[in-house]
Amino acid sequence: MNRDSLLPQIGWLLAALALALILTVIVMLPSGAPPLETIYVLFKGGLGSMSKIGRVLAGWVPLTLCAVGLLIPFTARLWNIGVEGQVIMGAIFCTAALRPFDNGGIAQIILAIFASMLGGALWALLAGLLRVFGRVHEIFSGLGLNFVALGVTLWLIFGPWKRPGVASMSGTQPLDVSLWLPRLGTLSVSWIGLALAFAAILLVYILLYRTKWGLKMRAVGENPKAATLFSLGPRRRLLQAFMLCGAMAGLAGATQVLGVYHRLLPSISSNYGYTALLVGMMASFRLPLVPVICLFFAILNVGSIQLPLQLGLDSSLSGVIQGIMVLSLFIVQGLRLWLKQKKAAN
Amino acid sequence: MEMFALTIAAVLIAGAPLVLATLGETLTEKAGIINLSLDGSILLAAMAAFAVSTTFDSPWLGAVAGMGVGAGIAGLLGLIGIYLGQSQLAVGFILTLLSRDLAYFLGHNFSRQPGPDLGLWTIPGIGNVPFLGPIFGSQSPVVYMGLAAIFCCWWWMYHTEGGMRLRAVGESPRAAFGRGIRVRLVRLCYCLAGGALVGLAGAAYSLAVKPGWGRPQGCEGAGWIALAIVIFGGWHPVRAALGAFFFAALQVSGIYLQEMFPSIPAPVFQVAPFPMMILTLLAVNMGRMGWVQDIVRRHPFLKSLSKGWSIEAPAALGQDFDSKKGL
Repeated sequence: MNRDSLLPQIGWLLAALALALILTVIVMLPSGAPPLETIYVLFKGGLGSMSKIGRVLAGWVPLTLCAVGLLIPFTARLWNIGVEGQVIMGAIFCTAALRPFDNGGIAQIILAIFASMLGGALWALLAGLLRVFGRVHEIFSGLGLNFVALGVTLWLIFGPWKRPGVASMSGTQPLDVSLWLPRLGTLSVSWIGLALAFAAILLVYILLYRTKWGLKMRAVGENPKAATLFSLGPRRRLLQAFMLCGAMAGLAGATQVLGVYHRLLPSISSNYGYTALLVGMMASFRLPLVPVICLFFAILNVGSIQLPLQLGLDSSLSGVIQGIMVLSLFIVQGLRLWLKQKKAAN
Repeated sequence: MEMFALTIAAVLIAGAPLVLATLGETLTEKAGIINLSLDGSILLAAMAAFAVSTTFDSPWLGAVAGMGVGAGIAGLLGLIGIYLGQSQLAVGFILTLLSRDLAYFLGHNFSRQPGPDLGLWTIPGIGNVPFLGPIFGSQSPVVYMGLAAIFCCWWWMYHTEGGMRLRAVGESPRAAFGRGIRVRLVRLCYCLAGGALVGLAGAAYSLAVKPGWGRPQGCEGAGWIALAIVIFGGWHPVRAALGAFFFAALQVSGIYLQEMFPSIPAPVFQVAPFPMMILTLLAVNMGRMGWVQDIVRRHPFLKSLSKGWSIEAPAALGQDFDSKKGL
């Protein structure tokens, strides 16, 4: 996307939003949902009270961690679709690190956080190795590993880590309260989680735009062949990019275990890996936009919980709206390109 | 013998939707377009097929609706990817997530309801034939549709002029354009045709293989496996179909494995196809790695073996073509 003057940019953005709104209303009609009321319930459900805002922030943290992490492999033009599995692996490693402890303090929590980053990074490394040494496209290796990670979770929850007596989809035995991340006041978000998310944003900014490493990474993305000739080592860089992204996704898994659910459960990743990919595409992978879009998507996610309760609709509407928004942006971008070419041809 | 025949019958029915989806994607990719939206398309088509067949009490109308939904999603991808020049991979991925959520959202009211299914077809006279009787005596129509689709795709691709055009736009769009073929239009057509087959695969799930609709439907992930089978099948319809049946056989054997290893929790077997998917892709693609080729070159036996194993993607797969930019 080129960066011309601000006014047309905003105009096109508004066009994309309008298209998204129209498409959303169109898909709502067959289910008999009143469009305006639905959107009202959605936003009131996300922003209606302090406790809801707390939940939005609690969702914003892992989503942002995944989305800014994704910027690193994307800079090298790589699709890390395995983020979802890396979140799950992070959660598994986090739980594994805490299992020996009945209770604990800051030391155990730090240990668990590092373990989760290791878990995410190793899972991402596996996808990277499959790509580098096996020519398996990262879309398939990443996706396959997502499902494998889910399988490992299910096996642990129903097998070795099952709750004494009953094994169910509700997960493992909850962690002791001393192992939970401290909350921000009465909100359900932890200040440590928020701090980690901000640190990740800063880290990615510095890595990509203020270091030689980031410059080389961008060079690999712009032209991999030239990068090989200039011995920038695209393979090694690819693995590094995957591992860093994986570590951040693993961290997201840790915030889910330590801060939100306080145990391992099958849906621990809450689809954040896939949503983060949508965020990245919507932001055209521009760092400043990522946290903002994450916030918006988190509001939709929390708000959609109200839909089944108040209107009898399925909560997947939030995903529908997110997908439609990104799709609309692509359509408008494409139309813009098409008009430009037409103008150039005349 | 009876047991063996019944297992084959089970593989045929389990593999039918996979075959349809794989053939659809093979058609699309042969024309040079990657349609990554398979997984969501299958789910949305499954929902639409079930919803329509319940509402109008006509499963065949439902199957047509499924095909329409699949073609519609593929058409959207085609328009945005071919004519508006956006990344096929990105748009396909967005569409797969969007269709999945849309399927759950719109299908909310049809969840866990009884509805009609496509039933069984019996071929008269074959029921008492040993071995063939249990396999084809009474099978779901989707099995026959899948088998017919294999033949039709193969015949169309390699024995008709239309098939030649299809391969031309996928291998060398510039040359095809030079010969007067409207590359973008042909590509859009195969996008639609492939999408319709994918939609039929979705309908096959909700109307025959796993009748009904719910969240989860049970066919989540099938689209991704189909996408991988296309690579495994080397973009050849017959080989792709064999790959699909191979995976179906693995799924069916998973049920037996579950009985053999009761200590492993059942949900684990549901994700078992995915490591298999990675391993098969690894086996197929390893042959093209430099260090593997070095070893193969040194051993004449391996060299002759690798000829049958080597595959090439359509040369222009995933590449834009704009005739205005000239030849």
